Amino acid sequence: AAQQLGREHQGITLRGSAELVAEFFSYGINSILYQRGIYPSETFTRVQKYGLTLLVTTDPELANYLNNVTEQMKEWLYKCIVQRLVVVISSIDSSEVLERWQFDIECDRTAKDDSGPREKSQKAIQDEIRSVIRQITATVTFLPLLESACAFDLLIYTDKDLEVPEKWEESGPQFISNSEEVRLRSFTTTIHKVNTMVAYKKDSVP
Amino acid sequence: MAQFLFEADLHGLLKLDTPIPNAPPARWQRKAKESGPGPSPVGVSPMKPANRSHSSSKTPSKTPGKSGSKIQNTPTKAGGDRYIPNRSTMQMEMANFLLTKENDPAEESPTKKEQQKAWAVNLNGFDVEEAKILRLSGKPQNAPEGYQNNLKVLYSQKTTPGSSRKNSRYIPSMPDRILDAPEIRNDYYLNLVDWSSQNFLAVALDNSVYLWNHTSGEIIQLLQMEHPDVYVSSVSWIKEGNYLAVGTSSAEVQLWDIQQQKRLRNMTSHCARVGTLSWNSYILSSGARTGHIHHHDVRVAEHHVATLAGHTQEVCGLKWSLDGRYLASGGNDNLVNVWPCTQGGGGDFAPVQTFTQHQGAVKAVAWCPWQMNVLATGGGTSDRQIRIWNVCSGACLSTVDAHSQVCSILWSTNYKEFISGHGFAQNQLVIWKYPTMTKVAELQGHTARILNLTMSPDGTTVASAAADETLRLWRCFEMDPIKKKEKEKASSAKSSIIHQSIR
Repeated sequence: AAQQLGREHQGITLRGSAELVAEFFSYGINSILYQRGIYPSETFTRVQKYGLTLLVTTDPELANYLNNVTEQMKEWLYKCIVQRLVVVISSIDSSEVLERWQFDIECDRTAKDDSGPREKSQKAIQDEIRSVIRQITATVTFLPLLESACAFDLLIYTDKDLEVPEKWEESGPQFISNSEEVRLRSFTTTIHKVNTMVAYKKDSVP
Repeated sequence: MAQFLFEADLHGLLKLDTPIPNAPPARWQRKAKESGPGPSPVGVSPMKPANRSHSSSKTPSKTPGKSGSKIQNTPTKAGGDRYIPNRSTMQMEMANFLLTKENDPAEESPTKKEQQKAWAVNLNGFDVEEAKILRLSGKPQNAPEGYQNNLKVLYSQKTTPGSSRKNSRYIPSMPDRILDAPEIRNDYYLNLVDWSSQNFLAVALDNSVYLWNHTSGEIIQLLQMEHPDVYVSSVSWIKEGNYLAVGTSSAEVQLWDIQQQKRLRNMTSHCARVGTLSWNSYILSSGARTGHIHHHDVRVAEHHVATLAGHTQEVCGLKWSLDGRYLASGGNDNLVNVWPCTQGGGGDFAPVQTFTQHQGAVKAVAWCPWQMNVLATGGGTSDRQIRIWNVCSGACLSTVDAHSQVCSILWSTNYKEFISGHGFAQNQLVIWKYPTMTKVAELQGHTARILNLTMSPDGTTVASAAADETLRLWRCFEMDPIKKKEKEKASSAKSSIIHQSIR
């Protein structure tokens, strides 16, 4: 808590920015899993964050898994070596990729050299994050129904020369063939900028 | 060249105008062969002479149909047709391949590659080719067996089979009346109907407002917007029923006198369309697309007396409580704000409560008439929940999943129930018992989503306006005549006691 307060007064540091973005991903992924019905809605609980009521999973295994990803993201964001996070939703039976949530990260590498924190209020960043999360929630109004049971996958695009840590493996991009794309709002902490986009399979029947 | 042949073969199979290989030779072909190589020129294929022979050896006995079929019999691969008789010098396979297949990117020049790479880096901020894609292994269990992705179930709700619930009263399943509402705007965020205490139902149809007299059945066109592109976005009757407030897409709030059918005032203070209005005696509150709520004192020239800034997106739900102490507002930003009637210490209006639990736009906002400080709210497509709140404590008393977009909620004192209007998939009205939150009845009939609900002054009938361009009047809160008499007796008895005490 003290660290957070410090952040508010001192402006945004590289470490602070990495934490904010990693936190956003954690809540964002939880929201996607809830809204798209990947896991039963009873397994989610409400928490207050960013001035919104958000839903996070209570399933211990899933929470643990997401935690691992968040912690790793924090580190990589701090080193500015991660470029993209993708949530891939595919059908369990046909293994076909139905939806692809892509979060592009632009990192201002000069922040690594600067020692001084950047000027941007916590509140402004929270407002921007709030808009993006609300948009993610609202996408249910136009995304095609996920008819079958689906599973999700998390892909992270990093620099080529990164040493692959334990528990992580290399993978393909898992693009959707014949997709429709919608770009959502973006937010920036002045050090990291996150652009959100969702791609879904175009209905074959018009 | 073998691969080109294969490609060409594939494409040939898909095209109708290429020759059919390995087919039995056509009659004229056989004829040509019989007649020998006489008229054939340098050309390789047997087809060419066929064309020649067609023109030269046409006998009168040949029917037009037959000659027609000859022309349709197209030449073999390297052969000619009537436009280009000799194609031997063309490389058909090569041409076919190049025309139909995309170019192999490996054939690009090195400078072009560099250029593309530079573009990619610029667009993506990094070189996507150079990125490594990682996946965390040890993914947790997928949803447990037997879990069906409930979104599909949600959005394709089937009608629930007749329940064994005993209804204490008869609620007709058909509407009392169906009125035509052509050109009604199918916009979730607008509030286009309102029923006055004088029994006039005001309906906004695109750029006009019509009044329907429930007692006489008469219809009057009250107004029409001057500018063709402007439409009416909200209507609201003053308590007495003699003035109608009209909000427009051009950000105006107009006040109309019904008896004279004249516009009394045109109040401009908003800068975006006014989607919702609510009266509190002489104060008219209006909510706009900008998220601002303005209070207008309609008695004075300087009507704009206050601004409430609590929403960041369109205000679609706005209701003053019956005692005039609180104003509840719901917006497209999924927030519900409860505002006091007086300003705080700093002269600014700040909400006494803000509820963030809804996951969708909150248009349905309604105060309970028999319990103080109880508010009902309903969420849009992303949320579908109806929530009951105590605005003093801020607690959510109950939540019920309505499985469908909620557009409006109305309370009914007659039976201590409330009714909600819905959209996809059943477009129904649901009557709920309060506080048990059980379904009393479902009224179906609309063929498109319900947009607004309003109640008659006697509390027995609910009018629903839907995107199917109809208004249906449901007589669902009809009081049992015996019970009605009891009620009247009770209220009159009270007043007589008062009279006695005064004496």
